[in-house]
Amino acid sequence: VSLQQDFPGLFLQEEEEEEEDFVLNQTPTYTQLLAFLHPQAIELVQFLLVKDQKKIPIKRADMLKKVIREYRDVYSEIINQATRTLQQVFGLELVEIDAKHHIYILTSSLPRAEGENLCQNDETAKLGLLTVILSFIFMKGNSAKDSAVWEFLRWLRVKPGQRHSIFGDVKKLVTEEFVRQKYLEITPIPLTDPPEFKYQWGLRAAKEISKKDVLRFVAKIQGKDPTFWTSQYNDAEATS
Amino acid sequence: MAAQMTDAHRRFLQVLMSHGIMEGSEARKLHRRCCEIHKVHYVHDKLDDFISTVNRHLQPLFMQIRKGLSESDGRAHYALVNLAETEITKMASDYTENELELFRKTMDLIISSENGFASSTDILNLADQLKTKKMKKKEAEQVLNVFVEDKWLSERNGEYTLHTRCIIEMEQFILSNYQDIARKCNICHSLAIQSQVCESCGTGMHLPCVRKYFRAQTEPRCPQCNDFWSCDIPGTKQPIFTKTESSNTRK
Ligand SMILES: [Zn+2]
Ligand SMILES: [Zn+2]
Repeated sequence: VSLQQDFPGLFLQEEEEEEEDFVLNQTPTYTQLLAFLHPQAIELVQFLLVKDQKKIPIKRADMLKKVIREYRDVYSEIINQATRTLQQVFGLELVEIDAKHHIYILTSSLPRAEGENLCQNDETAKLGLLTVILSFIFMKGNSAKDSAVWEFLRWLRVKPGQRHSIFGDVKKLVTEEFVRQKYLEITPIPLTDPPEFKYQWGLRAAKEISKKDVLRFVAKIQGKDPTFWTSQYNDAEATS
Repeated sequence: MAAQMTDAHRRFLQVLMSHGIMEGSEARKLHRRCCEIHKVHYVHDKLDDFISTVNRHLQPLFMQIRKGLSESDGRAHYALVNLAETEITKMASDYTENELELFRKTMDLIISSENGFASSTDILNLADQLKTKKMKKKEAEQVLNVFVEDKWLSERNGEYTLHTRCIIEMEQFILSNYQDIARKCNICHSLAIQSQVCESCGTGMHLPCVRKYFRAQTEPRCPQCNDFWSCDIPGTKQPIFTKTESSNTRK
């Protein structure tokens, strides 16, 4: 770590008081390193956490403009420190989900707990709705037409034109918020008139949600074994 | 040697962040669950020690998990706060300039009010006086809803007050920016937004603190000036309060 090279004296001094032998062949622990973070790395961590709270994907351009500012020459060092801190303290990983436009999201790097994936945020009914939509898409073979998705939702008494007591404007939530958060990807189907759209899992969903859990969720609702759906079962086993 | 951060601590932090704020019993349940998931030794009733390990790692980042009491029911809550900000920077990246101005003005109204509430009518009347950019009433109403959703404000019968999460996060900011009007509770000495105020000397107390304090007194008298306490003591006529209260203290 270049931090060590930058401040070798500091680490030694700190530990010298305790026990000398121990110091010389010991690399500094992460907690000790934390004290020497670049101020911009700290600011970047805070910035990323605030954006992540609303599940807003982060553009590299914004990181540069709003946080790194005049420290561009040490950009990669700042990013490294921030990434390491997010990992060590928060168990979060900074993932580039769009290499062309340099867009990032934070996702958890903690091992998945049994069944935890689908209910971690169960206090927000919105994510319940999202889970239902993602399940539907997955069961339809990873892609579903907009008409089919909305027909399914109507059947669940969630209607696009009505204001829902919990979801508010459902149409907006699904087609704008979930899309902006990269949970859903909606693309027009070429040569359709009136235009039709294809719903697929977004990059965040692919990264954060396990198909195995989704299949288990559907199986539970339907009272069947996950192996009942052969192709979905194989897909889930293959991607996890 | 101080305890190291484990995945149990990290998971706890992640879930707390996604909730924004957690009530004490919820947080205790989560503590247990995180330890179970990651097979980390779980010590019952040691949530505060568990949190202090997390806080030691958050400190260099100017963040902290802080405990605060709800002003309405006195229950403990936990929230992750950002200590670096002297201004409302956490909000600044989330809202537009005129939304922030509306929030500040709402905060002014709430803090300078007698009981810690501002009516929606009074707040909406500010909408077309905003200096940054005027808002239509309808728009302002929606913005208020977002503030409630994001746990900066809470609403009760068309009256708004600061959300517990907001108070935990902004206590220092409010105490230093509203020095002349912000009240500290006479009993617990922390910021008091929703409070009862002594008619004679102006000293204020949180409602749960009032309740606790006067329970031990034969006659309600102001702890500051010893005059008779003229406000209704909350909960005295409602057995429900005593019920929740006792189940709280039992732990
Ligand atoms: Zn008090
Ligand atoms: Zn008095």
